[in-house]
Amino acid sequence: MTPPLQHGTFPLQRWRMLLKRFGWALFTILFVVVLNFFLFRVLPGDPARQGIRDPRLTPETIQAIRVRFGLDKPIINCFESLNPVKVGSCGVNPLDTQFFIYVKNLLKGDLGQSFYYNRPVKDILGERLWNTILLIGAGQILAILIGVVFGLFAAWKARTAIDYAALISGLVAWSLPTFWLAIILLFWGTNHGLPIGGKATPGMSSYPFMQQMGDLLQHLFLPTLAYTIIYMGEYMLIMRSSLLDVLAEDYILAAKAKGLSAFQILKDHALKNSMLPLVTLIAINLGFTVGGAVQIETVFSWPGLGGAIFEAVGRKDYPLLQGGFLLIAISVILANFIADLTYSYLDPRVQAD
Amino acid sequence: MSKDHFLEIRGLKKYFDADRPSLRFASREMRHVHAVDGVDLSLQHSEVIALVGESGCGKSTLALLLMGLEESTAGTISFEGRDITHLKEHERKGLRRKIQMVFQDPYESLNPTQNIEEIINEPLLVHGIGKNKQDRDQRVKKALEDSGLKPADVYLQRFPHELSGGQRQRVVIAAALVLEPEILLADEPVSMLDVSIRAEIINLLAELRITRKIAVIFITHDLGSVGFFADRVAVMYLGRIVEIGTMLEVLEKPQHPYTKALLSVIPVPNPRLRRERIILQGETPNPIDVPTGCRFHPRCPVAMWTCKASDPPFTTLSKTHQAACLLLVK
Repeated sequence: MTPPLQHGTFPLQRWRMLLKRFGWALFTILFVVVLNFFLFRVLPGDPARQGIRDPRLTPETIQAIRVRFGLDKPIINCFESLNPVKVGSCGVNPLDTQFFIYVKNLLKGDLGQSFYYNRPVKDILGERLWNTILLIGAGQILAILIGVVFGLFAAWKARTAIDYAALISGLVAWSLPTFWLAIILLFWGTNHGLPIGGKATPGMSSYPFMQQMGDLLQHLFLPTLAYTIIYMGEYMLIMRSSLLDVLAEDYILAAKAKGLSAFQILKDHALKNSMLPLVTLIAINLGFTVGGAVQIETVFSWPGLGGAIFEAVGRKDYPLLQGGFLLIAISVILANFIADLTYSYLDPRVQAD
Repeated sequence: MSKDHFLEIRGLKKYFDADRPSLRFASREMRHVHAVDGVDLSLQHSEVIALVGESGCGKSTLALLLMGLEESTAGTISFEGRDITHLKEHERKGLRRKIQMVFQDPYESLNPTQNIEEIINEPLLVHGIGKNKQDRDQRVKKALEDSGLKPADVYLQRFPHELSGGQRQRVVIAAALVLEPEILLADEPVSMLDVSIRAEIINLLAELRITRKIAVIFITHDLGSVGFFADRVAVMYLGRIVEIGTMLEVLEKPQHPYTKALLSVIPVPNPRLRRERIILQGETPNPIDVPTGCRFHPRCPVAMWTCKASDPPFTTLSKTHQAACLLLVK
């Protein structure tokens, strides 16, 4: 027997592709780190004067605040020989610039001190991130499940009353303005005795654990519902059209000619192929929604990441913003990397490029 | 015709609705696309029939009707004496083993996420063929090697995108052969392939018919490619068969003006040979508004005024040769 020629080279090809994708992800994160740093230094306004807007503030005090947050140091060394336009401060110790200290602290896992809260950014983001993951995780899982099931059903019953009903409600749900839907649900919740803000009733921490969890679920209900409705429509429409595309392919007809039942065709041929666009969509949504639930979090006063970033903009809390942006960027890049991995598993053609 | 024909088609019709129900005016009647409009055809064991016609003449619809992938409007199809025109899907399952189809485009008719082994093994699993895994593996390999993919082991783990068009079409053929069908419907199996590959695939089909005794309905728009191996040739025009006969009768002594026109434009590799080419004028008429009388008359170079009025019957020219043209009616 002749040994298989091509088969052996697959894993190598696949590893090479993954390594390449991983390299690109790392490079993108590095780029974001650099851009993120300079973006906030280019913004107008003196962060040292944001905390205390008192005209009686003496220059000595302002200087003391600057020293405390390291704002007195030059932003970056100009590297005279490499840099003809002389951007940055020349003739300073490159190790004693804000950029170097930022990168050094970042490597240590230190994201700086929030101007407003006067606490480490890492701790604030950490707390907020868990709240966001709770809300978005629940919302996304529900939206994906409901959306995919309804989308499958609509495509399977294409051009019937069921399909049109699903299509119209999906379109409506998708095009509802997020904040508007959230406010409507908020009014509705008020009338039905549901908690409409925050993540826990004040004083709850002294109650037993199970009761605390019940309270959390009640608080989670409205924002999750809003989130689910908004995203469900999108998943449903994409799933429906993708499945309809696949069902029109010749290999579906060929499968029918071979004697497969309608259910077997759906399960073995249509589903895997029609999931491809959805994987991309889920990955992109997951990445962005880490910081993207701003509207829902704001309406329901949910202490999540989006709300934190929204507030930090108003307070010119640059370290918190910087950290939040970095977190969002990393989650988007990570989600895309995971999408690539899933894709190469689902679609053998991806390994070829 | 005698009873021993194992596939018989009688007066088969397939009309598609041309208007959407919602857009239709209440006063107007629903218009139809007359894709297949009264076809009679019979096929014998291990016989090869070439079904020739322009695109849109209904030859692919005819194949889908035979496969039960479209529901016919009128007429009957019987196989081994049994009426199979309207069968429920579960009743048709056993039949699917016996009638298999090769689709036109090998780039579309293979699922990109399955490897070759899965593609060819699947029909066996669906029909519960093969005692165990080893038996099925044997069948898969035999189907691949019979389809010209040798040695089979090289191809088993590959995916369709790693194969050339010709290799893909061989995979499609193997996936049909693995069920050991008695009839193979080949719907323009070579039209999407490079010219250099076409002869190989046609030779493969010709071989299979000898080695496996499979009857083949070979659908094509290219009269030139059927000469190799067809026993009989049926020429289709606008949903009807206009001429049918043995390969020699149709290719050497064509009687219908449409067949003559098709034959006259086949290139001959001899620059000295000058022939009169019959170039048909105009497009194929709209299959919604089929011309009155003979449906070929608007484009026919020898049309008479009576052609507009009366639909020509089949004239029997020999035991096997028939054509539908008023000029042949004596």
